[in-house]
Amino acid sequence: MAAITISELTKVYPGGVRALDALDLDVADGEFFALLGPSGCGKTTLLRTVAGLEAATSGTVALGGADVTRLPPGRRDVGMVFQDYALFPHMSVLDNIAYPLKIKKRSKADRHARAAEAADYLGLEGLGKRRPGELSGGQQQRVALARALVAEPRIFLLDEPLSNLDARLRLEARTFLKRLQKELAVTTVFVTHDQAEALALADRIAVMDKGRIRQLGTPTEVFRRPANLFVASFIGSTPMNLLPGRVEGDHVVAAGASLPLPDEARALAAGEEIVCGVRPEYLDYGDRPVDGAFAGRVSVVEHLGGSALVTLDVEGEPVHVVVGEGREPAPGDEGWALPRPGRVLLYRDGELVTAPGASEVPEPRMAPTGKENA
Amino acid sequence: MAPLTSPPSEAARRGGTAAASAGGDAAGLGRGRAAAFVAPALVLIAVFLVFPALWTLYLGTTDYRLTGIAASEPKFVGAHNYGDVLGDGDFHHSLWLTLQFVLGSAVIGQTLLGFAIAWVMRDRKGLVRRVVEALVLLAWILPGSVIAFLWIALLDRDGGTLNALLGTPGTAWLIDHPMACVIVFNVWHGTAFSMMLYGAALGNVPPSHLETARLAGASTLQTLRDAVLPRIRGHVLTSLLLISLWTFNDFTPFLITAGGPDHRSEIMSVYVYRTALGDGRLGFGAAISLVMILINLVIALVYLRALRERGRREPREAVTA
Repeated sequence: MAAITISELTKVYPGGVRALDALDLDVADGEFFALLGPSGCGKTTLLRTVAGLEAATSGTVALGGADVTRLPPGRRDVGMVFQDYALFPHMSVLDNIAYPLKIKKRSKADRHARAAEAADYLGLEGLGKRRPGELSGGQQQRVALARALVAEPRIFLLDEPLSNLDARLRLEARTFLKRLQKELAVTTVFVTHDQAEALALADRIAVMDKGRIRQLGTPTEVFRRPANLFVASFIGSTPMNLLPGRVEGDHVVAAGASLPLPDEARALAAGEEIVCGVRPEYLDYGDRPVDGAFAGRVSVVEHLGGSALVTLDVEGEPVHVVVGEGREPAPGDEGWALPRPGRVLLYRDGELVTAPGASEVPEPRMAPTGKENA
Repeated sequence: MAPLTSPPSEAARRGGTAAASAGGDAAGLGRGRAAAFVAPALVLIAVFLVFPALWTLYLGTTDYRLTGIAASEPKFVGAHNYGDVLGDGDFHHSLWLTLQFVLGSAVIGQTLLGFAIAWVMRDRKGLVRRVVEALVLLAWILPGSVIAFLWIALLDRDGGTLNALLGTPGTAWLIDHPMACVIVFNVWHGTAFSMMLYGAALGNVPPSHLETARLAGASTLQTLRDAVLPRIRGHVLTSLLLISLWTFNDFTPFLITAGGPDHRSEIMSVYVYRTALGDGRLGFGAAISLVMILINLVIALVYLRALRERGRREPREAVTA
């Protein structure tokens, strides 16, 4: 168990690709932390540098306060699960789990006892004699987890832990992982490109792009108040509506709708060009004209199961609205989408407009609801 | 054979009617024409392989000599030659030297050196790798007579390069340590094949397996034992099979030491050459040749059996790969 402190970490690959760019990050002891970003954003490089599999070009990595930047991976006390699990096909499940202990020269009886214990804990009873090839994907992942945990590492790293599982198993494994992490309370960092996974699992998320962290926060913060347009367009399974607009007095005009200026954006001067962001989940659909609503014609209705995603054609701009079950309009209907109070975000030059002086108001910590992650 | 090469479904059924008229194969050639196509190759094989082999078998049962009365009227002597070969002290000595040669230069030397180079070069790119590979390959592709000359120049007693480098003028390497010279020479000559084969094999080991070992803190030897060797066992066996056979039959050492001094580097192929063509005892040489073929067969069978055993255990494991 240890906190991770990363400061000024830079990684430049031979050939000049700058995968990490003077990156600072603190992960608290016992935290479940997600590195989220599109492919090529440096998230996997960051994870591998923490593990010691990549050498940092400059900057430091500290575990539990001790600088480990120059330590080889074997002496960092780190458990890691690879995307392909990396189980040795010629070894039985128990031998695979006991592998780190074998390298640490524990006695055979000791390491088999510990491996069996870890296997039982992860729900692998009775599979100890099998080969990895005879297990399902979910079981293989648990073997890899058990192997990473058996030597009681200080931190735990997961590279795309759910990407090799099919959709049904993935949900199961997600719940399993979250419970396991809470029970063990070991500092865990995982890499994912799937924002829903990050929102569901992590205590905190770092959204990365081009070797830098674009936003750091709880899932709720990142989902509700994306700090910039990159995060706004990346987070959310239904992408956020981002409409170009202009400030006019105490109103914002975007896509033909005149919305009241949010309190935090009072400082904006009239006539300033902004981007108005509002999530489809935070728009209320109605079939009667309302003040301050986006008015348009329904062009597409997509069923999401418990709800439907309606695309309104508002003055040539598509506006997405999530509409509850049973209230779906038909394509061609006239419709109005009213933003809920306090849910409209304004972006100037790609950054979220916040109240001057006042730093980000901490949001009440709230578990994201199922709808938000679906 | 023929039906296997065509798509099994519809095409084969359609081919059925055509084949019936043309002789029962997918290509619609008919037996006669198919045989005609194969015939030239079969004739070549018969003339250059089967006939000499049978001729050797026959010669082995005669007292045929290169010169003298027995050259014009060879007499049938039955298994007499074979008995002589197996009881011959020179033959035992030569077999022992060949064993040293195969184990020392092929199984240990080329395999270890080739693997070591492939391992060190595995994630190296650019100039260093290309230069090393080019040098090792060069030793492999140069004609035997050329490299023999190079090695004689290297090991020469007076003015040899090695003596100049080591500061040991007058050391007659080829006379004092003929077998060691031949073994080192063959390691140098043949390492390229192992290097290339293991280079390709190491590409098959998933990087995450090597990294798992690194994270556990495994040493290089432990990594090789746990993560690498189990993955490349098939490649190791194939490589060992091929280079054992090649080395067993290799004649190039003759160009350097000519089997001498005093038969001290007379490996099997050189021994056959000396008895059959040097001493002119063709019948006796033919008998040795047959024994050599049998030894080759035994080596091949041992490896093939090991490969097959591995293949039988593998299919289950292939699922994870």
